[in-house]
Amino acid sequence: MKKFWAATVDAFATFLHVPGTVTRKGVHVRDAVDLKRIMIIVVIALVPAALFGMWNVGYQHQLAVGGGFGAHILANWWWGFLKTLPLFVVSYGVGLFIEFFSSGLRGEEVNEGYLVSGFLIPLIVPVTTPLWMLALAVAFAVIFGKEVFGGTGMNIWNPALLTRAFLFFSYPTAMSGSEVWIAKRAGEVFADGFTGATPLALDGAAQYSNTVWSQILGTIPGSVGETSIIAILLGAAILLWTGIASWKVMCGSVLGALLVGFLGDLAGISTMPCWNQLIVGGFAFGTVFMATDPVTSAQTEAGKWIYGLLIGALCITVRLVNPGYAEGMMLAILFGNTAAPLIDHCVVTSHINRRNRKLSKVA
Amino acid sequence: MSKIIVLRGGLNLPVTGQAEMRIAKTVNPATVAVCPDNFPGMTPRLLVREGDAVKCGSPVLADKKRPEILVVSPVSGTVKEIVRGEKRKLLAVVVESDGKREALDFGARNPAELDAPAIKKAILESGLWPFIIQRPYGIIANPADEPKAIFVSAFDTAPLAADAAFTLGDRLPDIQKGIDALGRIAKVHISLPAKDAEPFDKLENAEKHVFEGKHPAGNVGVQISHVCPVTKGSVVWTVSLLGLAAIGRLFSTGKVDLRRKVAVAGSAAIEPAYADTYPGAPMSTLGAFFGNTENLRVISGNILTGKTVGREGWLGFYDNTVTVLLEGYEKELLGWANPIRWKLFSTDHSYFSWLTPWRKYDMDTNLHGGPRAFVMSDAYYKKVLPMDIFPVYLIKACLAGDIDAMEKFGIYEVIPEDLALCEYIDPSKNDIQEIIANGIRLMLKEME
Repeated sequence: MKKFWAATVDAFATFLHVPGTVTRKGVHVRDAVDLKRIMIIVVIALVPAALFGMWNVGYQHQLAVGGGFGAHILANWWWGFLKTLPLFVVSYGVGLFIEFFSSGLRGEEVNEGYLVSGFLIPLIVPVTTPLWMLALAVAFAVIFGKEVFGGTGMNIWNPALLTRAFLFFSYPTAMSGSEVWIAKRAGEVFADGFTGATPLALDGAAQYSNTVWSQILGTIPGSVGETSIIAILLGAAILLWTGIASWKVMCGSVLGALLVGFLGDLAGISTMPCWNQLIVGGFAFGTVFMATDPVTSAQTEAGKWIYGLLIGALCITVRLVNPGYAEGMMLAILFGNTAAPLIDHCVVTSHINRRNRKLSKVA
Repeated sequence: MSKIIVLRGGLNLPVTGQAEMRIAKTVNPATVAVCPDNFPGMTPRLLVREGDAVKCGSPVLADKKRPEILVVSPVSGTVKEIVRGEKRKLLAVVVESDGKREALDFGARNPAELDAPAIKKAILESGLWPFIIQRPYGIIANPADEPKAIFVSAFDTAPLAADAAFTLGDRLPDIQKGIDALGRIAKVHISLPAKDAEPFDKLENAEKHVFEGKHPAGNVGVQISHVCPVTKGSVVWTVSLLGLAAIGRLFSTGKVDLRRKVAVAGSAAIEPAYADTYPGAPMSTLGAFFGNTENLRVISGNILTGKTVGREGWLGFYDNTVTVLLEGYEKELLGWANPIRWKLFSTDHSYFSWLTPWRKYDMDTNLHGGPRAFVMSDAYYKKVLPMDIFPVYLIKACLAGDIDAMEKFGIYEVIPEDLALCEYIDPSKNDIQEIIANGIRLMLKEME
């Protein structure tokens, strides 16, 4: 055990540094970018959504218990910060512990991939998720979603989404309904006429109590980080500029969603216009931050278009035709992750065939 | 002039220490070393003993499998020492120079009057054959093969590489003679840069191609893939301009002359300029260029593909660039989270180097990270590989040792140097050139 702690402290020190190792073989100088840099950029891209989400937790609470609009913006944020902090602590604590432990087992340096997953997880669960459930779900996702495959870079499914899927199927009551999205203190009750349901879970006229503006701004109930389109677009700008996320995946997803949404409009089965689908629920957050995960998305450029289209189309299909399940993004992305190797296989095969044809001409 | 082939992507590494175009030192080394490790695909057999007298052009090594391939001494003198390493591996044959530059006379010949076998024989017996490298695999060509073409790149786009016009511009007649000779074996293709092609655009008897783009546009492998891709079963030969000049001089004078101008460059070079010296010359003879600085890395070759030889090492047979860099042993606390690392260059937009495209950087050898599994996808690496190849798929096929997949993803078209920039930008810090080299080694083993 003492040895384990020594190794852990050592690993943590290495984790914080750019090591003093030098190139041994091959090229003698290396680019300043490394995986830690890439991961920290993703975290920075998530910060606007996280900060807004914290404020929104406070704001929703205030609405729910009928506090009026008097509370200071910082007071709301602080209230939300205190409510979400335990989620971050549990997510990072459990996840990094497993990550350090298994890196030790494999005799490798600690991977930084969990820096992102650990930040994503609190943002995609309801703020009221019991911490023990979250701990269990994180452990499941990190061990069975990632470590058994060999760690960051080897996983098939996005670990953060696996966490959410685990929670969703194991503890459905804690993950849906109109109560879970609003944090409140023991003893507090919702004010009369308040509904804490997300726009997607509402039917017909009720949902229009959320105006489009509030959906874009994000002052609606939902998972912590998913509500504000503006904050998500800020993150998207960072990810696209740095090239970490693929614009092809994002565009594909939006196009796929609009296409199915439009068909739904034509068929008269949708409860909202197709463009409105893009700004409610987890669609925007999933498209920007989860579908674009470079490890679990399609690897080829043509494949990224197909993969994006598939996710967008599938998400809206689920929303439209499955009345029992209001949200579709999580499973659409997990399905997209599953299909990505197949998509890549087709793209790569056609590339090889084209290449062979070209080469046989010159031979 | 043929049409310009524009290569998209690539990267000209903005590193300081470009050699000034003047000969700062003429070196007549007291000893030179012939190192078998310089010669790709060769299993060396020693042909001399300590104390033997040799001239320029006297054979020192032969290939065990193809004994007609010889490596010769670049100077005249006596064999001073045979250096062996672990398991008695032959590391170097050190020849003490007598300073007289006496050369064996192979007889001046007019290539126009010779047929292909006679040309091959002349090059083989003079020990210049190792200049001819074959694709696929990037090993010394098999004299028995009939290549479908011979490629020469008349420019080097690698960072801090020796300038072709400065080093070899005055040897145009030799180069022309070399083209005439190799032209008897197969058609010679010569690649020229879109700008400053002087004086090599005057060469005749060869098909010219013009390439425009950043590094690796000057890599002969990239050029071949755009003109005449290597397919399974076909063979293309490549010769460096330096080799071509040496072969040409063999035919015009009958003598082996390996003397060359070498760029001594790099961020740690005190006075980056050119030296006139021999292959195999000790790096210590170039000491004036880099002084006594501690933690110095002395590389024979360029930053991307050169070999670390150290101050005690020797200039490689194929190299006309020496690069000196400082070792980057310093750790940096939370460096990866520091928004602005002013001193570092990165192609990635997570840094701000793109704002100052004119800047050159003092680069050291720090890895800037630790080795990880591949995370970024193909497109990230494709930015610096202007070939019709999926780099990550090829690399993973090589890692898996899957020969079928390697063939499909284009192992015949590449040698490690073509993916050197992929290795440079890799945020997962994999040794991509070594992975490709291992893949090629596996292919060669399977062929036996």
